[in-house]
Amino acid sequence: MLSGKDLCLLRGDRCLFQNLNFALNSGELLLVEGKNGCGKTSLLRAIAGLLEFETGQVDWNGQSIMADHQVFCSDLVWLSHRVGFKGDLTLVENLSFETGLRATSADLLEPSLDRLGLTPLTGLPFRALSAGQQRRVALARMLMAKAPLWMMDEPFTNLDSGGQALVRELIAEHLAGNGLCVVASHQDIQLDAPVIRVPL
Amino acid sequence: MTSREDTMPGLWQGFMAVIRRDLLLAWKRPGDILNPLFFFAMVCTLFPLAVGPSSEQLSISGPGIVWVAALLATLLSLNSLFLSDFEDGSLDQLILSPQPLPLLALGKTVAHWLSAGLPLVLVSPLVAVTFQMPGRTVGVMMLTLTFGTISLSLLGAIGAALTVGLHRGTALLSLLILPLAMPVLIFGARTVALAAANDAVSAGIYFLSAYCILALTLAPFATAAALKISNE
Repeated sequence: MLSGKDLCLLRGDRCLFQNLNFALNSGELLLVEGKNGCGKTSLLRAIAGLLEFETGQVDWNGQSIMADHQVFCSDLVWLSHRVGFKGDLTLVENLSFETGLRATSADLLEPSLDRLGLTPLTGLPFRALSAGQQRRVALARMLMAKAPLWMMDEPFTNLDSGGQALVRELIAEHLAGNGLCVVASHQDIQLDAPVIRVPL
Repeated sequence: MTSREDTMPGLWQGFMAVIRRDLLLAWKRPGDILNPLFFFAMVCTLFPLAVGPSSEQLSISGPGIVWVAALLATLLSLNSLFLSDFEDGSLDQLILSPQPLPLLALGKTVAHWLSAGLPLVLVSPLVAVTFQMPGRTVGVMMLTLTFGTISLSLLGAIGAALTVGLHRGTALLSLLILPLAMPVLIFGARTVALAAANDAVSAGIYFLSAYCILALTLAPFATAAALKISNE
């Protein structure tokens, strides 16, 4: 379970939000909504532990995420607009680097690539892929990682309508398997699963 | 999700994965390795042409020039150590991975030394020819350069991590690193000069190796802390 209590975040002199509380259980999705520049990404980065809150703390399974950040990170996969792959390496080289970083399943590599429509592109360097295809590789990382908590910043960016439907499908499956999702998006997620909304 | 413990990669696997990836990247972009190396070779070969070919003068100034060139070449290559990771989001992924960040930072530093420091050490006997160094001096120079470049890579990683969020932090990086690198330069150059004069060199080599071990122990933790701050 992921919960945040009395959260306040400052960027420079500006207070992005204060007194923010949420509690997220297995199978639920936290949707951070708001206009561009209202602090959605900052909130996500702070929940992940990349930024520090001014006040308050985020707990994962009853323990502060900063108390043992590595334990929290072993339950987390992160997707943001900068996908974190190397342009000079091929898609498979990029994804196999992930197996050294976190718990992944090598058997899931091919099915994940197949499902995301990336199989014909495996030999190409990452930079040769289109922006939408690059996002799909980042989704493959999420499928390979066996982490209960998915954090996604604008998951629909650059994806065609088929890709967006696929993201909804993957999130729904993840939630059905007792996973948790934290999503920042300016558009509605349109899911049947329980959604907790945090308007910023 | 029951088998997560089994598939969690060990520390060694994480360390090697970072080294393998960075060496692969260096292999695919050989310019990044060759630039500092070319700089090193150029400075070392141009000096004898400018200063004059008298062997007495060259043997006096040789060790100092080689060491200054090695220091500057290493600084040149350090600037980009974490830059691409910062820009493409890999740094977020490294920080948010279950592997300890100091270990990953050490992996990146080792890869940097293998692709920048080691070639420099291997090329140094060639430039030594231009300074007419005798065989024993060349051996001492390679040994001190080995310890020196390892230390410089480790120290430089701290500076590179601190300045990665700043655009064009090269000057600042040099300012941060040079004071810490001074002992390496002084002892390195002096030890080679002593070797050229047929004097005892063990004290300098001991110092450089001790400095190298100290940097190896402390620098990865400082680098990791600096990376977290820079990535905020």
